[in-house]
Amino acid sequence: MGKLKEFTSSSLFLPVVALAVLLVFNAIFVDGFLTIQMTEDGRLYGRLIDILTRSSSLVILALGMTFVIATSGIDISVGAVVAISAAVVCNLIGGRGDGVAETPMALAMLAAVGVGILCGVWNGFLVSKLKIQAVVATLILMTAGRGIAQLMTEGQIITVYYKPFAYIGGTIPGNILPTNIFIAAAMVLLVVFIMKKTSIGLFVQSVGINPTASRFAGINVTMVIFLVYAFSGFCAGVSGLIESSLIRAADANNAGLNMEMDAILAVALGGTLLSGGKFYVGGSVIGAITIQTLTTTMYALGVSADQLPVVKAIAVVIICLIQSKKAQEMFDKWKAKRAGDQGLEKAVEKA
Amino acid sequence: MGKVLLEMRQIDKVFPGVRALSKVDFTLREGEIHSLMGENGAGKSTLVKVLTGVYPRDGGTVTMEGKEIFPRTPKEAQECGISTVYQEVNLCANLTVAENIFIGREPRKYGFIDWKTINHRAAELLHTLNVDIDVTKTLDHYSVAIQQMIAIARSIDVSAKILILDEPTSSLDEEETQRLFKIVRKLKDQGMGIIFISHFLEQIYDLCDRITILRNGELVGAYDVATLPKLDLIAKMVGKDVSAVRDMEVAAEKSQPSDEVFLSAEHIGATGQIFDVDLKIHKGEVLGFAGLLGSGRTETAELLFGVHPISQGEIKINGKKLDLKDPMTAMEQKIAFCPEDRKVAGIIGDLSVRENIILAMQAKDGILKHIPYKEQVKIADDCIKLLSIKVSSREQLIKNLSGGNQQKVIIARWLATQPELLILDEPTRGIDVGTKTEIQKMAVALAKKRGMSVIFISSEMDEMVRTCTKLIVMRDRRKVAELENDEISSENVMKAIAGGAA
Repeated sequence: MGKLKEFTSSSLFLPVVALAVLLVFNAIFVDGFLTIQMTEDGRLYGRLIDILTRSSSLVILALGMTFVIATSGIDISVGAVVAISAAVVCNLIGGRGDGVAETPMALAMLAAVGVGILCGVWNGFLVSKLKIQAVVATLILMTAGRGIAQLMTEGQIITVYYKPFAYIGGTIPGNILPTNIFIAAAMVLLVVFIMKKTSIGLFVQSVGINPTASRFAGINVTMVIFLVYAFSGFCAGVSGLIESSLIRAADANNAGLNMEMDAILAVALGGTLLSGGKFYVGGSVIGAITIQTLTTTMYALGVSADQLPVVKAIAVVIICLIQSKKAQEMFDKWKAKRAGDQGLEKAVEKA
Repeated sequence: MGKVLLEMRQIDKVFPGVRALSKVDFTLREGEIHSLMGENGAGKSTLVKVLTGVYPRDGGTVTMEGKEIFPRTPKEAQECGISTVYQEVNLCANLTVAENIFIGREPRKYGFIDWKTINHRAAELLHTLNVDIDVTKTLDHYSVAIQQMIAIARSIDVSAKILILDEPTSSLDEEETQRLFKIVRKLKDQGMGIIFISHFLEQIYDLCDRITILRNGELVGAYDVATLPKLDLIAKMVGKDVSAVRDMEVAAEKSQPSDEVFLSAEHIGATGQIFDVDLKIHKGEVLGFAGLLGSGRTETAELLFGVHPISQGEIKINGKKLDLKDPMTAMEQKIAFCPEDRKVAGIIGDLSVRENIILAMQAKDGILKHIPYKEQVKIADDCIKLLSIKVSSREQLIKNLSGGNQQKVIIARWLATQPELLILDEPTRGIDVGTKTEIQKMAVALAKKRGMSVIFISSEMDEMVRTCTKLIVMRDRRKVAELENDEISSENVMKAIAGGAA
């Protein structure tokens, strides 16, 4: 009983319940939702695997976004950085029809992630050093980023025919699961490791809650803020690899489109307040998977891609209502009043 | 005696866990200057905030000219005729004087703002207060004293019957204060009721007619100034008899500073903040910075902690010249600083007591050298025991602690870094009397037993007199005197602040 109570009051409770509800809904209404089968060449497939694959890049973005939001900032440039990273990796490998890579793939990937970090460093510089408001600072790259990606691809969609490139978002022959699931898992583990072995988590929360007091306690606030944006850029760079590999192309206009909003939503769903402070990495991960599950569910139910935002918007409203203290108070009052009214009715009936 | 203007009866105000006001009565008459007195945390400001609608009252009645009023916001209080001028002038520096006076209620002509009338009336209004200035210039052209008078002019013009002056003289010099008093007396003669809050006893005896004394949220009594000797007033404020107050002036067992100098600052200053301060702090010394609010006490302490860089002079630590460019540099030199504003610069509200305690230590160790959880627990538990911090568990959020316990956690944070110089800026502000004494004793004990250097800053004179072995008196962002041993007394400090020698 004590354990249960501990869980219901824990920060992970809401995100887990939201995901569970969606999964149960799917299990009932979507045929074969829980089925996982194996293909002839030894790969697992099914809707659950699909959800995990599709959510991997969002999970990674949400990791970076969690830290940024915890410092009471926000990074709306990640979608555009995904496009830049995609453009870099595809550009370097090249779109040669004979399937030969112009640059070794590992090098190209490293370069793409590096450019992602560079973007993050730029954002971090603007926010921490020049003290530009986070929304405004990252808006610069959000709007300019796609243009930069366009420049790199010279306005074309570069399609990569080099086979191994598809393995990032697909399955390496012999593996049973798509590679991007492993990448996302590795990123989550990396973050967990950093959280356990360094004190960055404490500093990020401290800065998010009270930057002045943090400064007086000797924390280098500028550095902490700078680091979280750089890390967010790193995450976006990695996501860019996955996103481009999935379609084996760099599409400057559509790669990572609106993903910043989904990442923010995932963090919010996970229980981290947008005002900063306490953050929940686990919640953000589950939040990202929940969003993908929602998307997959809607597609399975035949909702078109154009109408999807409406469903998401409804989900956001519900989440906000659940998290809102004021709404909670109103609900409690309403419940108390109803209980009172019912008591009164009963009393009247008795009389 | 004028007729009763305002009557507050049996006022109660409860905050979570604290009874801030308990059955307090307060009466203000027409043409009366009435002072509210009490130690910090006695409930003065709560009472004022209940009156001005900042807090709703939990019990009791407020009647104005016989009619009961329920101001829920400062604006509603203003409509009832109650105006407040706060210690920090809350006007807009970038608007003209006239605009400041009429903002939000500009006279109009054909739907447009009637600038001519505004400027004319503003000048006229200020003239009645003997302030003849160009009202079309922006506010930041004028000194704080003038700004305060403009704030007063604004409150008078919204036809106030009651004017509350909350620490109006804390940033004024002697001459400016006298000028302000002249205006206040003029308003009194016009029949206005004035509530005057200040912690300068001299000023209260100079200006006020009556005094209402509060202690721990309860009414001690209301007295005519003429019949209440100062010593009696202090005795009533602290709740002891007069002989005990005399005893309090006698220093307890103070620390004996060694000859070794830990830090010396020569002619340090920062542009616009501090001009020329000289000081030496020895090991095992409790050095006090005395002076009024805004005299430069906090700013000097901040220079020593590297919060702001110095623009002149030099700081030497253990004889070595150093450039304290940020708090971390100071921390590396084993300097610790408990800032004045606990809420803004001290606590990290949503973190636990444990996390708050280890924060400075961890910051010193850096991001990569994570203090293992077990060690954190040990440090936190040790500190909680050492300072007898009242917590339900070390994982309790610091924001849920009382002010005194929050302060102890912040002190613990710094003690955990093993400092050699501990700067305590207003460590006893807004906390209960028991904890105040504990903190003073602790400061002395640290100096005595561990040979630590302590800088103690407080607005409460007797606290400084009791704990410090040397006092630096500041005025107008300059050091004006240094008092040692037998010279340390409230009287001498007051004299030094007032600028009159002996």
